[in-house]
Amino acid sequence: MSEPLLAVRGLEKHFVVADTLARKLRRQPPDVVQAVAGVDLEVARGEVLGLVGESGCGKSTLGRCIVGLYQPNAGEVLWEGEPLGVRRDRAGRRRMQMVFQDPYSSLNPRMTVRQTLSELLRVHRMVPRDRIDERCRELMDLVGLGARSLDAHPRQFSGGQRQRVSIARALALEPELLVADEPVSALDVSVQATVLNLLDELRTRLGLTMLFIAHNMAVVRHVCDRVSVMYLGRIVETAPTAELFANPRHPDTQGLLKAVPRLVPGRASQAPAMVGDPPSPINPPSGCRFHPRCPLAQQICHEVDPALAAGPAGEVHEAACHFAWTAPPASHQPEVVETG
Amino acid sequence: MSEPAGPLLEVRDLDVRIPISRGTVRAVDGASFTVGVGEAMGLVGESGCGKSMTLRAVMGLLPRPAVITGGQVLFEGEDLAKARASRLRDLRGKGIAMIFQEPMTALNPVMKVGAQIAEAPFAHLGYGRRKSRDRAIELMQLVGIPDPERRSQSYPHELSGGMRQRVMIAIALSCEPRLILCDEPTTALDVTIQDQILKLLLKLREELGMSIVFVTHDLAVVAQTCQSLAVMYAGQVVEIGSVHEVFHQPRHPYTLGLLRSVPDPDDVRDVLDSIPGAPPDLVSPPEGCRFAARCTFAQDDCLEGDKPLLPLEGGRASACIYPDRPAESVREQPVITGV
Repeated sequence: MSEPLLAVRGLEKHFVVADTLARKLRRQPPDVVQAVAGVDLEVARGEVLGLVGESGCGKSTLGRCIVGLYQPNAGEVLWEGEPLGVRRDRAGRRRMQMVFQDPYSSLNPRMTVRQTLSELLRVHRMVPRDRIDERCRELMDLVGLGARSLDAHPRQFSGGQRQRVSIARALALEPELLVADEPVSALDVSVQATVLNLLDELRTRLGLTMLFIAHNMAVVRHVCDRVSVMYLGRIVETAPTAELFANPRHPDTQGLLKAVPRLVPGRASQAPAMVGDPPSPINPPSGCRFHPRCPLAQQICHEVDPALAAGPAGEVHEAACHFAWTAPPASHQPEVVETG
Repeated sequence: MSEPAGPLLEVRDLDVRIPISRGTVRAVDGASFTVGVGEAMGLVGESGCGKSMTLRAVMGLLPRPAVITGGQVLFEGEDLAKARASRLRDLRGKGIAMIFQEPMTALNPVMKVGAQIAEAPFAHLGYGRRKSRDRAIELMQLVGIPDPERRSQSYPHELSGGMRQRVMIAIALSCEPRLILCDEPTTALDVTIQDQILKLLLKLREELGMSIVFVTHDLAVVAQTCQSLAVMYAGQVVEIGSVHEVFHQPRHPYTLGLLRSVPDPDDVRDVLDSIPGAPPDLVSPPEGCRFAARCTFAQDDCLEGDKPLLPLEGGRASACIYPDRPAESVREQPVITGV
């Protein structure tokens, strides 16, 4: 196999959350959140990888480590086999661009779209100065907004249109990898569809490689080739999209899938798909991190942390559950545990 | 329980106007719908269609400068649009309660959650301090907050988003209202937590027998929680009916568009359907059907005259003058697969 475009090896990112003078005087170690606790992943050129998980599972932190907004504590990010540091030159920054979740706070409210785009094009010398205007119009065309919108301020746009502007801004630098961090979760369902279709179309037209971060399984199904599911800083399952939806092996994946509300009226079961909140990443549970919420949890799950293991389909489908590839034990309703 | 048959809430031709510098926004324009006793109704539409404004008008909590300029809000036969402020204050909590979208901004950040829940029984039901406190803990148990004794001493920022929304629900339930208005109660939450909160609301409605109005932009949420729905577009109600019938046979093209845009994890479509264009400006809405500019079925006569809600068979109603077209489209290409 050729070198993947992007590879992440053993990546860890910690945040110090409580380090007071009193603690220092008592020589207590600070409280540390393990946002990303050892993640490996690969994205091939032209592929769209989905990264799914609940709030606080570390998916956004991982995305930010990849584009270089955070310095990882351990592990590395490889670009075509070459390690990337956090300090990158302009060319290095151009290669990866990010689209953020909230289109209301990620655009400068005092700049028109033209100013936002032309600043980028000028600073990065993407096109000769006399072609900047033309390129701005092309970019707006690409994301389905008319050239007329170039002189508008972000507040004049709806949420979906702002997200299109954010995408145009990311594409202005002609990146090879686009990291989209929950690009549709702040939008109405009817508008979500248009932005998802746009991303899908851009991917075909520009041959973009994408890391698509989301918490809703239904959203990734239409955009991604492969999906990785994250729980509390780790990847717990990875598989090609169709395989993952047809044959989810990790109970977390199964819960995430079950939790998506379906259009069929009144078909849902009475019990929630997943009980409780994710536990605190300051003090993750022993053994398998998912065991307090897992309907299958056995004694072994309290003690031994399962590693990602490939199934009969080979390495394309991996899951980190003791019972992923064997007959699972009888399922039971886990008790709601106190967290935080 | 022997309740008189008949609607608990009836909204008739409600108009809400917001004066702004360049004119008047017709935020709600002749909206009508009814909610039966013990019924859960979904009020669905895109951002800015007037669904939240409608809800706030019912509660008498319109943000200034929005005002009700016409129509009636009949709660148990009493017109709340004309009621005095003191009467509304009396009804809030005991008659009608509201659950807001953003629990972090709706809760008081410097007050312990137990005290916030105890406040309403203390003020509205005349409970003593001790009794209100006990009631708060009982309510926290009811909404599934683990270890309520200890949790009642927490501040909102110490709780997760899901737990905060449970606190909001406990506050809404505290005076046993007959109607609960939910304004996008799960939009700010993860899918897994949304699922928990929706199922909690379902269970509580069954146990306590109250009515719910559920405002959301997600039709899948309505499918899981409601018996009937009203679809709003550009300040107007464009379709009314039971969830089962509307989902299987929508009679307004906008409803069809909304249904088709919901991503379904059980079904891969190459391209997700979406509704092209954007809703009209509500300061000067276009003549005729307000959806016509985005409608695939639109004809010339769609652009003329008012398009009121017209009754159809089975207690349904649609504002579309060609209500059979969306139904036909569904027959050719069903929205809901695997039924």
